[in-house]
Amino acid sequence: MTFLTRSDILLAVQDLSVHFRSEDQVARAVEGVSFDVQRQETVCLVGESGCGKTVSALTILGLIPQPPGEIAGGRILFDGRNLLDCREDEMQKIRGNRIAMVFQEPLTSLNPVFTIGDQIAEALETHADLTSAQRVERCVQLLDDVGIPSPRERLADYPHQLSGGQRQRVMIAMALACHPELVIADEPTTALDVTVQAQILRLFRALQQSHAMAVLYITHDLGVVSVIADRVYVMYAGIIVEQGLRAHIFDAARHPYTQDLLEALPTRSKRGRRLYSIPGAVPNPAAKPPGCPFHPRCRYAIPTCGQQPPGMCDYGDGHRARCPVLFDGGPSHWGQETLTGKV
Amino acid sequence: MDNQRNRNSVILRVEGLKKYFPIHRGFFQRIAGWVKAVEDVSFEIERGRTLGLVGESGCGKTTVGRLILKLLTPDAGRIIYQGQDITDLSSREMKPIRKEIQIIFQDPYGSLNPRLTVGQTLGEGLQVAGIRSGAPRRERLEKLLQMVGMPPAVVDRYPHEFSGGQRQRIGIARALSVEPSLIICDEPISALDVSIQAQIINLLKDLQDQLGLSYLFISHDLNVVGYLCDHLCVMYKGHIMEYAPTDELFANPAHPYTLALLAAIPDPETPKDPPLTAENQRGTVAEPPAGCSYLAQCPFGEPACREAARTFTKVGPNHFIRCWKVTPSRGADYFSGPGPAA
Repeated sequence: MTFLTRSDILLAVQDLSVHFRSEDQVARAVEGVSFDVQRQETVCLVGESGCGKTVSALTILGLIPQPPGEIAGGRILFDGRNLLDCREDEMQKIRGNRIAMVFQEPLTSLNPVFTIGDQIAEALETHADLTSAQRVERCVQLLDDVGIPSPRERLADYPHQLSGGQRQRVMIAMALACHPELVIADEPTTALDVTVQAQILRLFRALQQSHAMAVLYITHDLGVVSVIADRVYVMYAGIIVEQGLRAHIFDAARHPYTQDLLEALPTRSKRGRRLYSIPGAVPNPAAKPPGCPFHPRCRYAIPTCGQQPPGMCDYGDGHRARCPVLFDGGPSHWGQETLTGKV
Repeated sequence: MDNQRNRNSVILRVEGLKKYFPIHRGFFQRIAGWVKAVEDVSFEIERGRTLGLVGESGCGKTTVGRLILKLLTPDAGRIIYQGQDITDLSSREMKPIRKEIQIIFQDPYGSLNPRLTVGQTLGEGLQVAGIRSGAPRRERLEKLLQMVGMPPAVVDRYPHEFSGGQRQRIGIARALSVEPSLIICDEPISALDVSIQAQIINLLKDLQDQLGLSYLFISHDLNVVGYLCDHLCVMYKGHIMEYAPTDELFANPAHPYTLALLAAIPDPETPKDPPLTAENQRGTVAEPPAGCSYLAQCPFGEPACREAARTFTKVGPNHFIRCWKVTPSRGADYFSGPGPAA
């Protein structure tokens, strides 16, 4: 794992497994997931509901309730330090300060009984040594950064007085308050209209460049991925099935699931043609099929797919897919971790 | 199901549909204003075709669907179904027509009664169709389930036993149980996972081909309506802003709002960075400004737009926009020009 010493890797999640226990079953929500985020880069985790993308993000921030959650293995290295070994008081110094989070539903994530000024200032009170006048100025600056008109007047507003897009801008302002190095955004535009979504995506891009921060963007929407991602990790049923640059995923997808997802998207250019529809449904995390979790729905599946977990196949330039069947070398790569070693 | 596939006849026409909702304020709930949900909406749906109604939340597209179903009473305008004006029909007179126009809802979790089995849910429709019991009922149930791709064994199961996609199939079977001709699809796939959406879209297309159904497809997603619909109405704050055949709308969009929508929609087939520009703020739905309702957002707006009548301009064959400024030639200029995002 020598590459970890490279200083441009800000966050490295290694072989992370998170399970949820109920009385009679164990849901393996995340199983052996590895990904990394470099400084000032936008990385998308994309997958359908229940694929483990949100659980992965919450684990980074130490927000998985234990029990029922259980971190069954792995490391989360943030700036070289394993967050899973940090005590709660150490995590509190990181959370909201060096790593911030933007949630999906801005109305439920904002406290309705405090003004937005109070809520943005909260992170500053905790993490920054500022006088109250300095805090107000910083809040005004932050609201201005995220494009809220007449920010000084807005500080005294309550969340219900803002539109959905403005609430999400306030959420982003809160996340930016302490100049985080990493912002984790969990479906931040899913509840918004498309034109507002476009504004928020543009805002993310602009802020990322002006604030020099990395963004881990979690979404189910391949359209959003196509405009915002530098690199993409595609998740399915708790594992990463494909990873690569945006162009790798959209122009040269190698995993059958990624290919199928792109073929299943209704777009105007497919008009008149029948959409490819992936048969079946996403498996229950407590009862995943053995071997490759996608094999019951996969059109290329061979008997081995149901018996052994597939190894990661390397297509070069950071493009990897967990499907030996479609790899040039063919099924001989079963079970082995890649030609270049374990990711 | 012996529908004539006369593809050119109009199955539904609405003319000048209008619906305002009162805003109540204070202790006595006096009316403090109106939400102009739908204003002067007119369109036609051809038999066996799909009309897309596309717009953002609050633009009135769902209200239009409810007005057509007569779940709401319009304040003005006519609804003409197969040549018959159904606007003022009593509920008794509506009864035979209710079988003809059905709806599929967005939320497959909220739209099925959790206490009824699949058989009971579908059976309600069959009862209306006069099939009450015995072998004919069982055969019809099996046929319905087979049409939507579900095994017959599910009749005795309850909605909570099914996934979102399966529930949506049950919702479609329920709509089909009374043998309708027109189905209003109100965002039927937006609550579903990507891999399930394609299954439901293919199912809706297959059913249209088999049964000659007509659809009014309500959606916020231009990618989906661009794939599925024959004609499109773009709605904004209760008005239809642009109407055109789908290919024409995407090839020559003319209304500034349509341009903004098209620019906003991420297209996974051409990945690109979003432009780093500022943008207009959105107004609220209640009390849009005088004149054109898009004026507050419009990058091409000018004072005269406050006075200009809100009428349609023809910019191409069967292509209309509610904007007085854009002539056919200037419409092309707008599109090749800097566009609304600049």
